Amino acid sequence: MTHETNNHYAIETRGVNLYYGNFRAVKDVDLQIVPQKITAIIGPSGCGKSTVLRSFNRMNDFVPSFRMEGEILFHGQNIYAEDVDPVMVRQRIGMVFQKPNPFPKSIYENVAWGARINGYKGNLDELVEQTLRDAALWDEVKDNLKKSGLSLSGGQQQRLCIARALAVKPEIILMDEPCSALDPIATLKIEELMRELSRQYTIIIVTHNMQQAARASDYTAFFTMDDDRAGLMVEYGETHQIFTNPRDQRTEDYITGRFG
Amino acid sequence: MNNIFTSPRSILAARHARGKFWRGVFFSSTLIGLIALAALILTILNRAAGLVVITDAVDRNSLAGRPLTELTRPELVTILQDHLTRTRLRTLERNNGPLDSLDEETLINLVMEQVVKPTIRKSYTLAETLFQRAAIEQEIAAMRAETPNLQVEFRSWLNPGFLTRSMSATPELAGVRTAVLGSLWIIAITILVAFPIGVGAAIYLEEYASENRVNRIIQTNIDNLAGVPSIVYGILGLAIFVRTLSHLTSGAVFGIQGSNGRTILSAGLTMALLILPILIINAQEAIRAVPASLRQASYGLGATRWQTIWHHVLPNALPGILTGTILAISRALGETAPLILVGASSLINKDPTGVFSFFTALPIQIYNWTARPQPEFRNIAAAAILVLLVVLLSLNSVAIVLRNRLSKRGT
Repeated sequence: MTHETNNHYAIETRGVNLYYGNFRAVKDVDLQIVPQKITAIIGPSGCGKSTVLRSFNRMNDFVPSFRMEGEILFHGQNIYAEDVDPVMVRQRIGMVFQKPNPFPKSIYENVAWGARINGYKGNLDELVEQTLRDAALWDEVKDNLKKSGLSLSGGQQQRLCIARALAVKPEIILMDEPCSALDPIATLKIEELMRELSRQYTIIIVTHNMQQAARASDYTAFFTMDDDRAGLMVEYGETHQIFTNPRDQRTEDYITGRFG
Repeated sequence: MNNIFTSPRSILAARHARGKFWRGVFFSSTLIGLIALAALILTILNRAAGLVVITDAVDRNSLAGRPLTELTRPELVTILQDHLTRTRLRTLERNNGPLDSLDEETLINLVMEQVVKPTIRKSYTLAETLFQRAAIEQEIAAMRAETPNLQVEFRSWLNPGFLTRSMSATPELAGVRTAVLGSLWIIAITILVAFPIGVGAAIYLEEYASENRVNRIIQTNIDNLAGVPSIVYGILGLAIFVRTLSHLTSGAVFGIQGSNGRTILSAGLTMALLILPILIINAQEAIRAVPASLRQASYGLGATRWQTIWHHVLPNALPGILTGTILAISRALGETAPLILVGASSLINKDPTGVFSFFTALPIQIYNWTARPQPEFRNIAAAAILVLLVVLLSLNSVAIVLRNRLSKRGT
């Protein structure tokens, strides 16, 4: 099924409401993600940022009480449509998590596994090398590909997780506070990497760190909570504009530190 | 210099004292456990070795004037022919084959069993042997005055002969071979049946079953079944495997005649039922302990549910599953009650040859021996307990080695 939609958005949400049981966690989100840019989602704790991010590749499906209304379009196709297999959605829209979570396998296997289960037919060795290079990790691990992914430092583990996501060849990479467990230097490396990756990939990042959003993103969406504790999107625009000239009072209060 | 940490001294002391008190309590709990274990092992060891006083019906050295082990095979055959009736000889030949064809060891055993017929006049425990030697010597001297041909020897009841002989009505000729083989056969069936079913059920309940009323009821039932007394499983096994499915368990379906359902297969299946809830619960626990982050990582890469389970959940849960299996096997190996119900017989001296054989098992043998009046049976029961413990430990160590190898992989 196709929609009359502007296909130059990487993801477009229309009237999205997300529920956990009877609790409405996020309401009425209309968001257009620009391809090959970095979009940051910021906002206070509990405003539903992560819930929104996880609904982009149907990771919320594993929460039994989760329910969603509205449409989330990817290439004009609603990813929540009946005939869409969430497995395929997650292959096209990859994810990096808050805490680095490499598999307890070798570095090589960490990267190769995703490609292999998705039926990759090419040369795995080349793919592993290329993705590790893309994730700016190759030089650090090339002599130790057989070592466990868990033997790396936190920052390296997170870059390994990014490499692992890249190996599946997604179009969009969702990052759920990817630097919250890392030190500033490792954080900076990830941010540089994100900048590099945004030439090929669309990146959506949820972050608590406003400086990070200001530094690293092209677009910023600010979410907050309503009186009924439902998250909602207050303002969305170019990062520069959001941080220097917010249109909404609530955004200004948040980024200037008066709230949050 | 003034100590800045002095303030309400007495209160602090009381807080520390409370901590010390509880430390003491926990330490004594551990100590009581250790003492109980040590007492258990010492009691068994105490019974498993010691001095014995033996009288022969026919003095073994007077048979040919030399020790039996130095005799040739024809000489041994002659002894048998001289001392036994013709009918008795015929029975022997029917059971063992022609006397001329038997090897030396078998012949010596036959001579001992049929001609010498040693009886134990008196046996002493290990503690008595070690610490009351003088009193024992006196007692033996008194006995010697009555019966001159007395043999006194130090005997470990757990000896190679004990392991290789089968059941016998005389304690010094009885062994555990049949029982050990029976136990191993039963455990093999139990593991083969219970492990796949248990792990399968655990995977279903943890990974596939949704939160609903039916599944909650199933879960509650499994939890409760783990606590059902084993005798109940015995009754169940008797009703289902021995009686209802006797065609299958007796092997009649496969053309084996003259058997009934009281076979190793029935016993193994009953034991499998018995340990299934334990296995399922432990496997569920192990599967639940696999971090959610690992599953998410897998799903996030576009893995299907099965790929996630097979490549990540199971390998990471396997060490835990094996730990549960170890516990379950230990339980099954030591169970007695259900085996009695499904027809273990302690009077079997024919080795099991397959799953349709009749059987006896170690705990059955131990139970039977401890119930006999002659004190020597308690000695061999202690030896059999040691055998059971060794079998148990070796099965467990296999599982532990397997587990360690698996959990080392990938970390």
